[in-house]
Amino acid sequence: MQSTLFHRAAAGLTSLMISGMTFASDWTERSDLDLRPGVTQVSQEVQNLHTTVLWIVTVIGLLVCGLILFSMIRHRRSKNPNPSTFHENVFFEVLWTVIPFVILIAMAVPATRVLVQLDDTAESELTVKVTGYRWKWSYEYLTYEDDNDIGVSFFSNLATPPEQYNNPVLSGGLFPYGTAKDLVGKDAPEKDHNYNLEVDNKLIIPSGQKVRFLVTSDDVIHSFWVPDFGGKKDAIPGFVNETWALVPEGKEGTYYGQCAELCGKNHAFMPIAVEVVTQDEFKTWIAEEKEKAASGPDLTPFAGIDQAMEEGKQVYDSACALCHGANGEGGIGLAFAGTEFATNKEHLNEHIDVLVNGRAAMPNFKAQLTPRQIAAVITYERNAFGNDTGDLIQPADVNDHE
Amino acid sequence: MSTAAATHDDHHDHHHAPTGLKRWLFSTNHKDIGTLYLWFSFAMFLSGGFLAMVIRAELLEPGMQFVDPEFFNQMTTVHGLVMVFGAVMPATVGLANWMIPLMIGAPDMALPRMNNWSFWILPFAFTILIGSVVMSAFGAGNPSAPNFGWTFYAPLSTKYGPASTDLFILSVHMMGISSIMGAINVVVTVFNMRAPGMTLMKMPLFVWTWLITAFLLIAVIPVLAGAVTMMLTDRHFGTSFFDAAGGGDPVLFQHVFWFFGHPEVYIMILPSFGIVSAIIPAFARKPLFGYASMVYATASIALLSFVVWAHHMFTVGMPLAGTLFFMYMTMLISVPTGVKVFNWVATMWRGSMTFELPMKWAIAFVVLFTCGGLSGLMLAITPVDFQYHDTYFVVAHFHYVLVTGAIFSIFAAAYYWLPKWSGIMPNKTLGELHFWNSLISANLLFFPMHFVGLAGMPRRYADYALQFADYNFWISIGGFWFGLSQLLFLAVTVLCAMKKGEKAPAKPWEGAEGLEWEVPSPAPFHTYDTPPVVK
Repeated sequence: MQSTLFHRAAAGLTSLMISGMTFASDWTERSDLDLRPGVTQVSQEVQNLHTTVLWIVTVIGLLVCGLILFSMIRHRRSKNPNPSTFHENVFFEVLWTVIPFVILIAMAVPATRVLVQLDDTAESELTVKVTGYRWKWSYEYLTYEDDNDIGVSFFSNLATPPEQYNNPVLSGGLFPYGTAKDLVGKDAPEKDHNYNLEVDNKLIIPSGQKVRFLVTSDDVIHSFWVPDFGGKKDAIPGFVNETWALVPEGKEGTYYGQCAELCGKNHAFMPIAVEVVTQDEFKTWIAEEKEKAASGPDLTPFAGIDQAMEEGKQVYDSACALCHGANGEGGIGLAFAGTEFATNKEHLNEHIDVLVNGRAAMPNFKAQLTPRQIAAVITYERNAFGNDTGDLIQPADVNDHE
Repeated sequence: MSTAAATHDDHHDHHHAPTGLKRWLFSTNHKDIGTLYLWFSFAMFLSGGFLAMVIRAELLEPGMQFVDPEFFNQMTTVHGLVMVFGAVMPATVGLANWMIPLMIGAPDMALPRMNNWSFWILPFAFTILIGSVVMSAFGAGNPSAPNFGWTFYAPLSTKYGPASTDLFILSVHMMGISSIMGAINVVVTVFNMRAPGMTLMKMPLFVWTWLITAFLLIAVIPVLAGAVTMMLTDRHFGTSFFDAAGGGDPVLFQHVFWFFGHPEVYIMILPSFGIVSAIIPAFARKPLFGYASMVYATASIALLSFVVWAHHMFTVGMPLAGTLFFMYMTMLISVPTGVKVFNWVATMWRGSMTFELPMKWAIAFVVLFTCGGLSGLMLAITPVDFQYHDTYFVVAHFHYVLVTGAIFSIFAAAYYWLPKWSGIMPNKTLGELHFWNSLISANLLFFPMHFVGLAGMPRRYADYALQFADYNFWISIGGFWFGLSQLLFLAVTVLCAMKKGEKAPAKPWEGAEGLEWEVPSPAPFHTYDTPPVVK
């Protein structure tokens, strides 16, 4: 990049025009009108390339508009009553075919170089498998340095509470589904600074080391995009795509991104948050997580139904409410409030089975939730929303279910 | 008069045009069918625009205020489908129907009965599609309308599609049949029905661009039909074309779709090139610069359109060599497109210009289409496209080429030929208001989309992070303003249809050239029963 004439000219002009562009690990401090430079070397090369091309097209655009404007002023009937009659000119026609062609080659050279660089996922030190789900991400740490058996994985859900984004102003009407009807006319709580970007479990990666992301999907196509890392990669069921990032040391912080391929109802509500930490912090963290993962599921029974209900509500709100409604009234998923399924004891075993093994459009939650969480949420579904069945499900009941 | 004419419908030599419903339902007259197409496309433009108003109302402020995210997705999907297949394409077919026979001195289209059928399929196709939205908004249980974007990527549209996906498939098939028949009609007419002396290289550029468009349609609409048929069998007959779990390939869908989809964007813009190439010389009072190079540039754009499809899918993880090929080919398209723009500028150069309404729209087209073309060149640069892809930058790009491009040129065509169609000059005051309001509001609507896109807002988002709020507010204001401005055009066309206004002479524009200006205004029901001789 740095060697092209275009780039030098473009960089000079840019620094004249735009001053005080800040690096912000806080995405909400966006870089005014322009593409974000990002934090990785590649993302900055991409931004440079963008700037170069933007200046080229701006100059061409101004040239064309300038000629049109000049012609409109000088060649109007009041100024030029007798039109010329020329209708071809081989010299100019060849000229405006050849010059654009040369400009294109000048753009293609740096573009090819950056593209080759982006494609090189070799020699990474950490490999993370990123899986898109409707509508959350899961991160599985596969290898780190010499360790090929990490076995740490977790899901990452939107942390912005639904009351912040559901602010209906009309009752019914075009607001067909779910919980939002109850909120009509209520004052919406103030939106958080990281509204629609914050997650419950961040993806944690070390600085100064090349991280390879293996991107795939469990259902429909999603796209994994952290703008500050310089590009996106689609998450496609049945495919494993590769992309990579190397965040330099000294740039630790949280970087945000969003799903960039339409994936259904909550496409706008599955953000990505990446916390970049120093290598020492990362090593400590991964060791703790490995230990936790190795110790097996926590099967301590609930002391009572209240404890299970309390834990169950948290799980329900983050994992179930999007489809089944915050008040169990259903939506994309079944309703729970007062239904036969959630109140008749005959369905209890089936209820556990649906969570553990999935059914039709309902995904299985064995991988996403611990037995304790599943037990808690089933207890919650069978006792909340006025169901009051008194059923208490213990972690061991879920763990034993096949 | 009316009854007598109606009973003698089948006579080719009757002296009165049939009237009433039968005139329109059974019409085989290219002018009446052209009128039907144009009114239909305008109705679709307003309906699709209404859906866009719902989208912009929801995006006025962060948070979900008016609709559910699920319903929002239905709005973006059906807005795209209605505008592409219902507004832009039928409008250009309507122009072709009206103008091609007049321009080449033919008495009618070559296949008049097929012409009737290709129009009358459309209202049914769109009743099915829009019916699914009506059911979603008002039906019991709000069954979802198509909600997977106008690009209907599998598996979102197959395994995860709502029941109405089948209505969508049927509807797309019907639109495709209509388009193919319309295209065949244009090809046969142009090749067989030109007046003596009207050689191919004497044809008006509008006829040329439409001829090339027709070949594109015949080549790619069957591919679209293939894609929706594969969806149908995946959904109901146990195949796994696009289902990875059954050994299929979701990316195959995108390849098939965009092999249709990229030529499709030229199908929508090439007739516009023809329109502008007719209007600019007329008001510059100077012949079109580089006629032959315009024809060759149009043909090269059409050919290149078959080898650039994967630039819509750079992020699916293609091999490096494939990515590079599609990047270079895509960049190459800007060469013939540039030739066209420079030719238009050279046509204006040292002309004797006046700025009546058609010329205003045509110049706005050249400037704003160039703007959309240049952002297209930026999108071709693959490493940067990884950042732009699926953001509002893309939304800005294709609205510049489709709204301020294709649709502005259709308005130019309407103001240019309305005197010929209706015998009435379009109302100047309303027309000026329509032009200036549309011009300013469209830029307020679409230009800031570049900024939110670069700042990182993904497209098809029902709700967004707070840093995008200020631009989205202004975009929405521009949207409402642009939407309301189009009602002025409704007034202009209704006045012409009601024959209210200044009577138009046979040739209302001093510098206009072509056979269409040699027949009276309004053009009689039958023209060129005896072919003119072109020298």
